Amino acid sequence: MGMLEFFPEWLQYHGAALAVVLPLLMGAICAILPSERLAWITTLIVVSICTVTAFGLLLVTFGGESVIYKMGGWDPPKGISYVIDGLNTPVIFLISAMALLTTLYGLPSVVAEVEPKKRAPFYGAFLIGVAGLLGMVVTGDAFNVFVFLEVSSISTYVLVAMGASRDRRALAAAYRYLILGSIGATFFVIGLGFLYMETGTLNMADIGRKLQELEGGSRVAMVAFGFITVGLGLKLAMFPLHMWLPGAYAHAPSFVTVFLASTATKAALYLMLRFSFTVFDVSFDYVLTVVTYLFTGLGCAAMVLGSLQAIFQTDARRTLAYSSVAQVGYMLLGVGMATSLGLTAGYVHLLNHAVIKGALFFALGAFWYRYGITRTEDFAGLGKMMPWTMGAFTLGGLSLIGVPLTAGFISKLQLAEAALQRGWGWAVFVIMATSILAIIYIGRLILTAYFQAPPEIDGEVVKRNEAPLMMLIPMWILVALSITIGVNSDFVVQAGQMAAEVLGGIS
Amino acid sequence: MSYTPELALALLLIIPLVASVLIPLCRRHANIREAVTLISAALLLANVIYLVKIVAGGARPELHLGTFAGKFEIKFVLEPLGAVFAAIASSLWIINTLFSIGYMRGNEEKNQTRFYAFVAIAIAASMGIAASGNLITLFVFYEVLTLSTFPLVTHKGDAKAKRGGTIYALILMGTSLGLLLPAVIGVQVIAGTTDFMVGGVLEGKASMLAVSILLFLFAFGIGKAALMPVHPWLPNAMVAPTPVSALLHAVAVVKAGVFTMLKVVTYTFGPAIATGSSMSTILSWVAAFSIVIASIIAMRQDNLKKRLAYSTVSQLSYVTLGAMLATGYAIIGGALQIIMHAWGKITLFMCAGAIYTVAHRGEISKLNGLGRTMPWVFGAFLVGSLSIIGAPPMGGSWPKFFLMAGAIDSEKAILLAALIVSSILNVIYLIPIAVRGFMRPPDDPAKDAVIAIERKKHRWVIIPPVLTALGAFILFFFAGDMTDFLMPILPGGEF
Repeated sequence: MGMLEFFPEWLQYHGAALAVVLPLLMGAICAILPSERLAWITTLIVVSICTVTAFGLLLVTFGGESVIYKMGGWDPPKGISYVIDGLNTPVIFLISAMALLTTLYGLPSVVAEVEPKKRAPFYGAFLIGVAGLLGMVVTGDAFNVFVFLEVSSISTYVLVAMGASRDRRALAAAYRYLILGSIGATFFVIGLGFLYMETGTLNMADIGRKLQELEGGSRVAMVAFGFITVGLGLKLAMFPLHMWLPGAYAHAPSFVTVFLASTATKAALYLMLRFSFTVFDVSFDYVLTVVTYLFTGLGCAAMVLGSLQAIFQTDARRTLAYSSVAQVGYMLLGVGMATSLGLTAGYVHLLNHAVIKGALFFALGAFWYRYGITRTEDFAGLGKMMPWTMGAFTLGGLSLIGVPLTAGFISKLQLAEAALQRGWGWAVFVIMATSILAIIYIGRLILTAYFQAPPEIDGEVVKRNEAPLMMLIPMWILVALSITIGVNSDFVVQAGQMAAEVLGGIS
Repeated sequence: MSYTPELALALLLIIPLVASVLIPLCRRHANIREAVTLISAALLLANVIYLVKIVAGGARPELHLGTFAGKFEIKFVLEPLGAVFAAIASSLWIINTLFSIGYMRGNEEKNQTRFYAFVAIAIAASMGIAASGNLITLFVFYEVLTLSTFPLVTHKGDAKAKRGGTIYALILMGTSLGLLLPAVIGVQVIAGTTDFMVGGVLEGKASMLAVSILLFLFAFGIGKAALMPVHPWLPNAMVAPTPVSALLHAVAVVKAGVFTMLKVVTYTFGPAIATGSSMSTILSWVAAFSIVIASIIAMRQDNLKKRLAYSTVSQLSYVTLGAMLATGYAIIGGALQIIMHAWGKITLFMCAGAIYTVAHRGEISKLNGLGRTMPWVFGAFLVGSLSIIGAPPMGGSWPKFFLMAGAIDSEKAILLAALIVSSILNVIYLIPIAVRGFMRPPDDPAKDAVIAIERKKHRWVIIPPVLTALGAFILFFFAGDMTDFLMPILPGGEF
């Protein structure tokens, strides 16, 4: 990798810590900055540094290496270690790059949606949230995962609640998310407790080794796995633990919705993978059972019911939120196959979906920014009123459906192939049937936008008023990325294969 | 860069795609814009003629564009069947563009730039389908064709267009994503490749059950072939302006469907494997059913375009029937049907468009005596009708003959009967239209006199159907050459 030469040696090693510590520290400082513009610039600089660092780390693992960073020079398992390997660098890069894009988008969007006095703290909370997500992905210590999970969750509750100046329902949504999220975290930490009881260590690699020696361990380990699955299931919105998600997505500020939709559930899913396949292992009966039956079953249920619910929403943001529940189902289905192909497919969809949904929510945010539109019926005439934004929404929507030459098609192709390879012909039909449901819920929005005339206000047809450039640029970057992946998906598939290699899975 | 077969293959896609970019750039100058389309179409045809020649010489130009999603490869290989499809689509693109100019200007349609640009994309997609070297490439362009024709079908942008377009997109995308894609992936998993090879890739790899399931998925997944009951998109697509119906729903889109059907049976299954399963018998029955029932529905339509649409549903199933019988004669018959029906049906659609543009009439019951005012158009309509019916000496007689021979070969007397019944039905629903135009007295001679004056302004909607009618007649004499050209698609290279 020639590009790796641009990254100094120390960054390749210390990058893991830098990407977490920098936003954490700057988040605290950001919150007390006197000017919102200053806070925005600080945030932009921090997430840019994180993105560059993450890209460097990605290159390191693409070169086939992995790094174990010892916090403070303390050796694991006593000290906390950060692990950089093929499984987490794509997610680290995803989180930082999405943070960068949303920050750009935030310049106009946050001004429109958050009260002036709260804007600097808003960016502060956002940075801490980024730090939390990066931390839980990068760390190799199980208890550290819990800490960062809480850091990211608490800041997310705050961020969602900030939507209150635009929509009071954001408060209820944030409260609901807080309650459910805390229950999830509690389950998770109880699980860790059991795990510690069984193995006497908190280092994830070490736990993995010990459990391997114990051949899966006693019933205590089994219970631990159950608690951890439920805890993480809540965080990643695994059906039917997704109840917090539609409200949170629908009422949070657009900025937050985009960031949540493309990173938060993805990071939680990453943890689920990490715990199920490397800390625990599919060679243990109970893990295999949960993965094969629970993940697959709930995944398929989410695909079907989530898509159906998406059809019946009257608010476009809720439509996309339920679609997200369904899309998590696709990922779980891939993971549930537990084969190398299935894991690759699930992981690829994790990345692709982040790109697609990010673009779609960006577009929804722009509709709200210009015209205050969120309801499906108000989409009338948007094709004429905001052609560029609606164009991005259409291309993103086609990708969500899984039309060829878009990222979504790659996901479905991979998933379906993996399912057939596993001998699960029925799963192919679930995948395709839900694609058809996606045609309905996306098609409805697109048809309304293009076929109905723009509304009239006081006898005058609403005029064209395109979104500002700062919104269009991040939106179209994601759309272009989705099409690029559709034409040549080698790098995404390679990332998926790298992840699958780390995870192992059944042969 | 020298002009090689590989470059020519790439140009199949590049020429129409460049046109689709140039057309919006010339939107302020309508004449230059149409010149871009015409020149591109001419270049494309020249390119296709070159390719047809080298394919006839036994060459199979290949082009690899790399892989996507791991082992799936984007690959182009031109073989006789694809060359035939490319030749029809590119030659009729020129004639149809002339017609479009007459129609779109004559009817003062809006958004003409968008229209020409998307037609060019649709042609590019058709070329992609024609030249696909494997199923996955074919699938990609199949979907591009659906999406690029959607704005054409809904060109008028009113509630009716929206409704028609919704049905169009929902059925075509639903069947392709829900049935065709699983079938494609199924072939990849079973055979380890989706490449097209003479004699198929499934031999010895797929069980009888798997073959049956795959055949079922392909037959209904290829929604563009309009096998009943996945045909409703076709009549609903008639909300489109007539040039769209003419080019896309008589040539590009529907022919892409039946072309895929034939291609899959000959190059993926292999005729021997396909007929080995009883599913092919069941599907040949479904096709025969489609042929007869669609003809009966066509008889009951008073709207000219609707009648032609159901006639298309019926005629397309001839190709599907040929594919399912899969004897040498049946397959060649199906391939000839693709060619002959394209020329015949585009004639009929363009005549319908000419009548609409000049006389503003769309109902058959209102055509009394109009043939006296518009003799060329009704003459072309009669010739086109005869070709569709399969009466010699029209091109359309050959495929019917080959298909009947195929039905006899496989000892399916009832299918033979269905073909004969359908021909009779064709006579009943097509001939009276021309007869009404020539024989019945006009309802209102004064109005027709006005139309006769009006006619002179609309030269470009009248010349193209006459040209294609002429083509449908001339093709009769070239059936031997075409059969020779197509022969290599059969395993063993003979009947």
